[in-house]
Amino acid sequence: MTDAAAAPTRPKRVLVRRHGLVTRVTHWVNALSIFFLLLSGLQIFNAHPALYWGQQSDFAHPWLAMGAYEQAGRLHGVTRVGETLFDTTGFLGASKEGGVTVARGFPSWLTIPSFRFLALGRRYHFFFAWLFAINGAVYVATALLGGHLKRDLAPTRDQLEPRHVLGEIWDHMRLKFPRGEAAKRYNVLQKGAYLGVAFVLLPVMVLTGMTMSPSLDADFPWLLDLFGGRQSARSIHFIAASLIVLFFLVHIAMVVASGAWNNVRSMVTGRYAITLPRPDVQPGDAP
Amino acid sequence: MSLDRRRLLASGVSLAGLALTGCDRMEQNPNVVRPLSVAEDLNRGVQRLLGPRVLAREFSRADITPDFRANGTIDPPDADYKALVATNFAGWTLTVDGLVQRPLALTLDEIRALPARTQITRHDCVEGWSCIGEWAGARMGPLMAMAGLEPEARYIVLHCADTLGGARYYETLDRVDVDHPQTILAYDMNGAPLTVAHGAPLRLRAERYLGYKQAKYVMRLEAVASFAHIGGGHGGYWEDQGYDRYAGI
Repeated sequence: MTDAAAAPTRPKRVLVRRHGLVTRVTHWVNALSIFFLLLSGLQIFNAHPALYWGQQSDFAHPWLAMGAYEQAGRLHGVTRVGETLFDTTGFLGASKEGGVTVARGFPSWLTIPSFRFLALGRRYHFFFAWLFAINGAVYVATALLGGHLKRDLAPTRDQLEPRHVLGEIWDHMRLKFPRGEAAKRYNVLQKGAYLGVAFVLLPVMVLTGMTMSPSLDADFPWLLDLFGGRQSARSIHFIAASLIVLFFLVHIAMVVASGAWNNVRSMVTGRYAITLPRPDVQPGDAP
Repeated sequence: MSLDRRRLLASGVSLAGLALTGCDRMEQNPNVVRPLSVAEDLNRGVQRLLGPRVLAREFSRADITPDFRANGTIDPPDADYKALVATNFAGWTLTVDGLVQRPLALTLDEIRALPARTQITRHDCVEGWSCIGEWAGARMGPLMAMAGLEPEARYIVLHCADTLGGARYYETLDRVDVDHPQTILAYDMNGAPLTVAHGAPLRLRAERYLGYKQAKYVMRLEAVASFAHIGGGHGGYWEDQGYDRYAGI
């Protein structure tokens, strides 16, 4: 208010309501759960660092495997992708644990706990899996019933025009973000990323996780047919987790590039600052 | 790189190391770990809710792997067991006792004459791999009915012949799992008697559970009201090492 009074012709900075309470709470519970799920998941992966397709393990033909071999008294880490071998000493296959190089899939700084302890990794994984699933169910239910999906996430017709989509991609590549009125809503790339993660990637994580349970396979045998078997489900679980990491990296980069503090505040208090060109616009709720 | 920057990086590295040990200490703190076990109760609850008698998928002969991995103990070091192998299990009997009305001592031929089931199922190791094989064995339900479980018997302890990492292997089954049609004491694998690596002469197959539940070298079934006094008191060899007793996931 004082801004407007002092300089009525300058662009006006207003706080708009950006994120609802359920969105904010579920966002942070989700972030916490995924942090623990990912790192305990790598602990579980390390118990048998090889992935296969189909119902069972063809031990001679994993499509991805990490291993170690000793040569001249030194341990070397090898990652196999298909038929190709890569030397990944120090990161995958063999890395330092308490100052000594040991054979392990992912390194100690990426697993919970840092040393090999499958039982404890599973305990963390299943606890946060439940938290993650319940939290996700709350989010999806309120998004569908409360209008968040239709109002904020579904792209509008104009946003889906190829020219508009290409323009957004071009703008993002130059780190040029919408301003003013246009910043009140998610842009089409945001909408696509959020919809893809919340309604495809994360549900795939839950379902492929369930498919790895022999008891849940008995209860829901269609899971095995949906994903092509338990070992395929394990592979898809790993690939989908990798895509979540990719999303996370892009997400953080975009948050920082488009105003870290403003974005973080909006996900905590719900208030997001936008700059309006005309001073006569009343601050208020987003449409 | 300047000396100062190098020192800064080095201190950063050691700080990261400190943070990790701090993390590990917190992650292992019993007050942190114990509440996490609520997930085990939820997992078991879901199984019981959806029906304790649902069958695990069965596969066809064409699905059987030629490369079924043997894990855990594959050659028991125990002298008593080695003596049994030397005589091809000639004097071997299965003891059934504890809270039963009629304690039994069954020879392998007697067990082979009991109501049997053959099933081609997927074996899932807790490590993450799977192998499909065919198992034939005596159904545990009728066997325990023959012995007559006392009302207060809540668990069946499977005492095994093998010592692993200094402790005797054992497992426990809930009473509700005894009557599951796919819970069998298997004597044949892929149409031939069990090999030593896979648990000769008798092993458990409780499909719907992970591999560590499938006790090998079974010598004795003991019906109990509590397993707190057996082994480390957690209901199984791997359970004593921190694994969940509910092995359905």
